[in-house]
Amino acid sequence: MTSPDYRVSHLDALESESVFIFREVVATCARPVLLFSGGKDSIVMLHLAAKAFAPAPIPFPVLHVDTGHNFPEVLDFRDAYVSRLGVELLVASVEEGINSGLVTEPPDGVRNRIQTPVLLDAVEKYRFDALFGGARRDEEKARAKERVFSFRDEFGQWDPKNQRPELWSLYNGRTHPGESIRVFPLSNWTELDIWNYIAAQRVELPSIYFAHSREVVERDGMLYGVNEFIRLRDDETSETRTVRYRTVGDASCTAAVPSEAATIAEVIAEVAATRVTERGATRGDDRVSEAAMEDRKREGYF
Amino acid sequence: MSDTTELLRFATAGSVDDGKSTLIGRLLYDTKSLFDDQWDAVETVSRARGDEYTDLALLTDGLRAEREQGITIDVAYRYFATPRRKFIIADTPGHIQYTRNMVTGASTADLALILVDARKGLVEQSRRHAFLCSLLRVPHLVLCVNKMDLVDYSQEVFDRIAAEFTAFATKLDIPDLTIIPISALEGDNVVSRSPRMAWYEGTSLLHHLENVHIASDRNLVDVRFPVQYVIRPHSNSNHDYRGYAGQVASGVMKPGDEVMVLPSGFTTTIASIETADGPVAEAFPPMSVTVRLTDELDVSRGDLICRPNNRPEVAQDVEAMICWMDEKQPLQRGRKYAIAHTTRSARTMVKELHYRLDVNTLHRDEGADSLTLNEIGRVRLRTTLPLLCDEYRRNRATGGFIIIDEATNRTVGAGIVVEAA
Repeated sequence: MTSPDYRVSHLDALESESVFIFREVVATCARPVLLFSGGKDSIVMLHLAAKAFAPAPIPFPVLHVDTGHNFPEVLDFRDAYVSRLGVELLVASVEEGINSGLVTEPPDGVRNRIQTPVLLDAVEKYRFDALFGGARRDEEKARAKERVFSFRDEFGQWDPKNQRPELWSLYNGRTHPGESIRVFPLSNWTELDIWNYIAAQRVELPSIYFAHSREVVERDGMLYGVNEFIRLRDDETSETRTVRYRTVGDASCTAAVPSEAATIAEVIAEVAATRVTERGATRGDDRVSEAAMEDRKREGYF
Repeated sequence: MSDTTELLRFATAGSVDDGKSTLIGRLLYDTKSLFDDQWDAVETVSRARGDEYTDLALLTDGLRAEREQGITIDVAYRYFATPRRKFIIADTPGHIQYTRNMVTGASTADLALILVDARKGLVEQSRRHAFLCSLLRVPHLVLCVNKMDLVDYSQEVFDRIAAEFTAFATKLDIPDLTIIPISALEGDNVVSRSPRMAWYEGTSLLHHLENVHIASDRNLVDVRFPVQYVIRPHSNSNHDYRGYAGQVASGVMKPGDEVMVLPSGFTTTIASIETADGPVAEAFPPMSVTVRLTDELDVSRGDLICRPNNRPEVAQDVEAMICWMDEKQPLQRGRKYAIAHTTRSARTMVKELHYRLDVNTLHRDEGADSLTLNEIGRVRLRTTLPLLCDEYRRNRATGGFIIIDEATNRTVGAGIVVEAA
């Protein structure tokens, strides 16, 4: 990090800012938790958290809101990664939420939106007052206006018109009982920054981020992996293609992209040249409307 | 992009029609930071609304209410990169909540970009923008005289606006001013020099953004390390480990340096400076590190490490400029609030409101008895615990603070230290 004229590279500056944010939350909030999906952003978040408190262990648990629609490679990775870091893993199960009547399975089987009540239920149960999320402002236009410390009322709701001003590096994480703060340590990172950091720090990722052979079906212009959650309809045929995942989410609504990028360096080259945003390329859930993400966020989504 | 790519944060300000969104859209588009699906979405919405041309403002106006009402509500953050630098734009709206948003965007900016319409010249808002940039000590200011295509690329028009702005800027404290004639719509002088303004001898906007020297904007003289968190692993292998985690606010720290811990005043030396990647020989802003001291002292969050012969003020009485940011309750003399400064929190009472400043005329209204939303005034504060602070003009990190309403927890004001005693 040091150099004669005290220059700091942009990745070091981003890392430093994220580390500062992690420490600030742990120093000022009573019960933080990190939302972990097994995707690259939450993996980088956990990597940064480990760096922020070294040589001490990460001083908060990790929460996975499990839709039950998982990529097996990602679940295996999750378990190995949290056990290596010695961090406590909590799972909030959407499946259990359906069984207990907390939420109802939507007719289309896509469980994205019903994750929110399951998440809020876990927040209430464990009395979390600060939740780290891996959202980045470059991902989506509603996220571009979100604070690093984003206040949620006792219903978990985000009010975009009533956000706390955020100046210098003075973050206001104060809450009353029942309220909480969503904290986004990766706010200022772009997809390319994440990949460059993964390369520089040799961060491990689940294998589905790299090119592999998979049986896929083309649906609404996107390539979905055929699995127990995505079954062929009568008029559809599948084919085996070389693909990779740009994002990892619910296996029933996350699409793959055709790609030959098998190494981090090849992924970086691909990301640098791409002309479509990662959510646009891979998320069926954001295609619902112009303000799909904003609406989900208002309800308390990640 | 390489390991040596620098980060530059800049704030943009402008009114509705001066072409700011078009300029940002062009910077994103021409640096290939705008994606096809984002472009398609903007085109679709523009067409559906019956716009005559694709409205690039839709790129930055992400919220439903903004799209429906055609206004910008909040600061939007945008990102683009060139091989030399990564840029973070804090795009602040020109009208609603103007001062609050501009102050927020400017607080972390290395550079501020102000736009004026060449046909209209300076307007009240341009002067207000410039004043707020100088108040918040943004090190570099760029005035873009936009829509040069609509004044036939006239040097005379540009020179007149440039002279008027320069005259105004000399009354303010603006360390570095650059004025560039552009057409955001046509792309003149945005990414590359325009042949249509051969009389202009400066660089294009992007070239300036890529090359403006920002490394020396940081204060590398006054060592200020606010302790953020104490790391104590409580494990057998690290039984006696005690590290003080924080981000270097200013100055350069090295192992072996004699240091003082405030407010206690004890002196000791730096044993080591550590990161998760190993020890470092030096730490400087904005590095987040863990400092270990030679002596066992009682040091906790909110304390500050400095050099014995170069210390901040340790003050409970602070003269400050405050920008009020709350629409519900005004700032009033005698009221008590929470104050957050570096990693330190305290309570504070407004002892005096000396005057309210008119940000358009710079007139001081000494009869004012409150500050309402978006108003700026000079106050005297008394705090329950001493603040370890510097004048903001010398140190942005140890001179800025926020005011929090203790009942609602809302951030209601931002302040900068003018003088501490």
